[in-house]
Amino acid sequence: MSPVLAKRGVHMLHTLLPAMALTLLLGAVFWRQPRAMSYFGINLLLDLAIPLMFATLAQMMILAVSDLDLSIGPFVSLVASIGATLLPTRPALAMLALAAAVAAYALAGAVIESRRLPSIVVTLGLSFVWLGCAVLLLPTPGGLAPGWLSSAMAYRTPWLPMPIWMALVAAVLGHALITRSAFGTLVRGLGGNPAAVARVGWSLVRVRAGVYALAGVFGVIAGLMLLGQTTSADPNIASRYTLVSIAAVILGGGKFVGGYVSPVGAVIGALTMTLAASFLTFLDIAPDWQVGMQGLILIVVLGLRAAIDRLERIA
Amino acid sequence: MTNSISEILFEVRDAAKAFGAVQALRGVDFQITRGECIGLVGHNGAGKSTLMNVLSGTLTPDRGELHFAGRAGRSDWGVREAQRLGVRSVYQELSLCANLSLAENMRIAQPQLKGWNWRVNAGSQLEASLDRIFPGHGLRADQVVADLSIGKRQLVEIARAFTPGAQPLELMILDEPTSSLDSHAAGQLLAYIREFVAHGKSCILISHKLREIFNVADRVVVMRDGQVVESVRTDQTSRDRLVAAMGQDEQATGFAGEASTTAGPQNAPLVVKVSSPTRTRMEMNAGAGEVIGLAGLAGHGQTGLLLRLQAASAGAADCAVWVDGATSFVAGDRQTDGVFGLWSIARNMSVGCLSQFRRGLLIDLKKERDRAEQWRQRLGLVTPGLDLPIYSLSGGNQQKVLFARALGSTAPIILMDDPMRGVDVGTKHDVYALIADEARRGRTFIWYTTEFDELFHCDRVYVFNNGEVVGELSRAELNEERVLNMSFEEIAA
Repeated sequence: MSPVLAKRGVHMLHTLLPAMALTLLLGAVFWRQPRAMSYFGINLLLDLAIPLMFATLAQMMILAVSDLDLSIGPFVSLVASIGATLLPTRPALAMLALAAAVAAYALAGAVIESRRLPSIVVTLGLSFVWLGCAVLLLPTPGGLAPGWLSSAMAYRTPWLPMPIWMALVAAVLGHALITRSAFGTLVRGLGGNPAAVARVGWSLVRVRAGVYALAGVFGVIAGLMLLGQTTSADPNIASRYTLVSIAAVILGGGKFVGGYVSPVGAVIGALTMTLAASFLTFLDIAPDWQVGMQGLILIVVLGLRAAIDRLERIA
Repeated sequence: MTNSISEILFEVRDAAKAFGAVQALRGVDFQITRGECIGLVGHNGAGKSTLMNVLSGTLTPDRGELHFAGRAGRSDWGVREAQRLGVRSVYQELSLCANLSLAENMRIAQPQLKGWNWRVNAGSQLEASLDRIFPGHGLRADQVVADLSIGKRQLVEIARAFTPGAQPLELMILDEPTSSLDSHAAGQLLAYIREFVAHGKSCILISHKLREIFNVADRVVVMRDGQVVESVRTDQTSRDRLVAAMGQDEQATGFAGEASTTAGPQNAPLVVKVSSPTRTRMEMNAGAGEVIGLAGLAGHGQTGLLLRLQAASAGAADCAVWVDGATSFVAGDRQTDGVFGLWSIARNMSVGCLSQFRRGLLIDLKKERDRAEQWRQRLGLVTPGLDLPIYSLSGGNQQKVLFARALGSTAPIILMDDPMRGVDVGTKHDVYALIADEARRGRTFIWYTTEFDELFHCDRVYVFNNGEVVGELSRAELNEERVLNMSFEEIAA
């Protein structure tokens, strides 16, 4: 094999690694429980991945500019809380509240850029703000999702189960937005070399604010979908999304710095993280081990990626 | 444009700019006319880069006036205004996004590329510029910048700046554009600059290579201590006069005759040996106290060899490379491989050999300070204090700190990766003397350089071509033609 071909092959391996991990896990589930290989089986397995995919896209926007969002979990919880309290009774006010939340996200981005603050600190602070707001709205778990939202999430999609459709939509949307579009290029450029982007005349404050606003929009989508599935909310309903979404982006081929992200990989990562959790149920292992299983998969995939990187350098 | 020669394009009056305690510009008057190429020379820290940043709008001067083609006032002069009117710049530190492809980098610089197939348009425009300026560049628009060598990245950045777009292109400012280019690409660029100004455009070329200035510039402006000290037509001055104006003695230019005359030790014990039938055609070795030069075009495996030597000395298994003793590395790309941006000058020096300053588990701060002070005097570092952050220094002075870091260690072998990139003549002279001095004390230097004149400071030179050593020259045999011949020779596989 010629060196060029070998290099291309190794590169391909790198790109396909997240998909291979998912296929392997899915294969293991179907092998243990062949009945899962059905419309309902897949629905059951991957239902929880739908809101997580969009939360992961939100996290990916932030990682694309070499920042980190520690508030996405509480933010998704807040959105679900707004949806379970205000949305059915006062829809206009609910819309206003959601818009204000997105605006707050954008403002956070602008402040991080203009004051040169570390995103981790700002978003960690914000996470308590979101949690506080959610507790104010919904002091005890409860509330009720609007009927249209619940029935939309329970809709039986033709041909393929809803999680598959949603994954396709999220992947195509993310790919178009971040990998193909000019705005996405600018966003990744900001993650790669902010000075270079500023020198050609872009306003970094505006770009970063735009990135955070988009992350907020994805967070709103995630929150409403989660609410549609559960029909009621809880101020802590999505707290674990913060870390799981970071793991999903990294699992999908993203990096913490340098503006390297892959939307398709991130969606696959979200599916893998969800599957890793439900996989244990099929093995009759207590759900206490779920987080451990997610961690194990993360370690294995990252280890493989490091090995492939080594191969790539040699090739 | 009947009288284009005398029409002033850009004029700066009494511009001043300070960074904390360092006064970078002290009232500079500068003007450039249409169709003119100005060579801007001076020490590192003389204020050239600051002036360039003021012109291109990335820095706002503390005082002074800027008049672009008669446009009054400086109040709203900024990057966007400068670009709208046709000022473009190529900076010394590269300004590409490494994670993006060439076409995507093009799009960031030229937002007017719209439509669903902007990627194709951007790519073909950039490739057209590359073909025009650097024929035979071998680059493709879908390559990712991170995969390119620093020399190739520079080609891309220059070509990107020269690509016409929606905005006009009147004035091109190039800060050390040839410092990471090999002489072939540098020649192509200089030829293109002449063509560019012949079309009535203007160009400011900042360079430490006076030969380039004399080849290309119509007028040369000399800066010293944040002021313009001389502005003269290139045909009415000479190399010696420019060097004198820059404020250093003539012998500082580091030319062949001045290079250290002590012959390298003949029977010194070998400390480095590289042999491999597959990777290198010729064997390579270095004895204790020798200064070995690595020549050839940029990006032909010299840096790779240095890294292998370093890895071998650290214990990595490499059957082709044998290194006896510790090595210390002087990085050429100081932004990515060299400085710790958040640390002070003193700490940046001492980090290479912190164990020397240890007292129990802690660092002996006084000892560290004293040592830094010694190096400051030995290297003539220009700074109000060693506790200031490293970025308060100019590029050349930062590089001196990196030398202090490497030479302050006890390592007997010093590896240098084109360390003089964008360093002023005075600093170079100081460092050459330091290297000769340390070599006499038995230290070995392996020195990759892209500047031909520096090879005269080496005892022996190995020429690289396509990752292989293709020739060995002693100082007596060294001449530019020979090195170029070996560099451009086609290697039979």
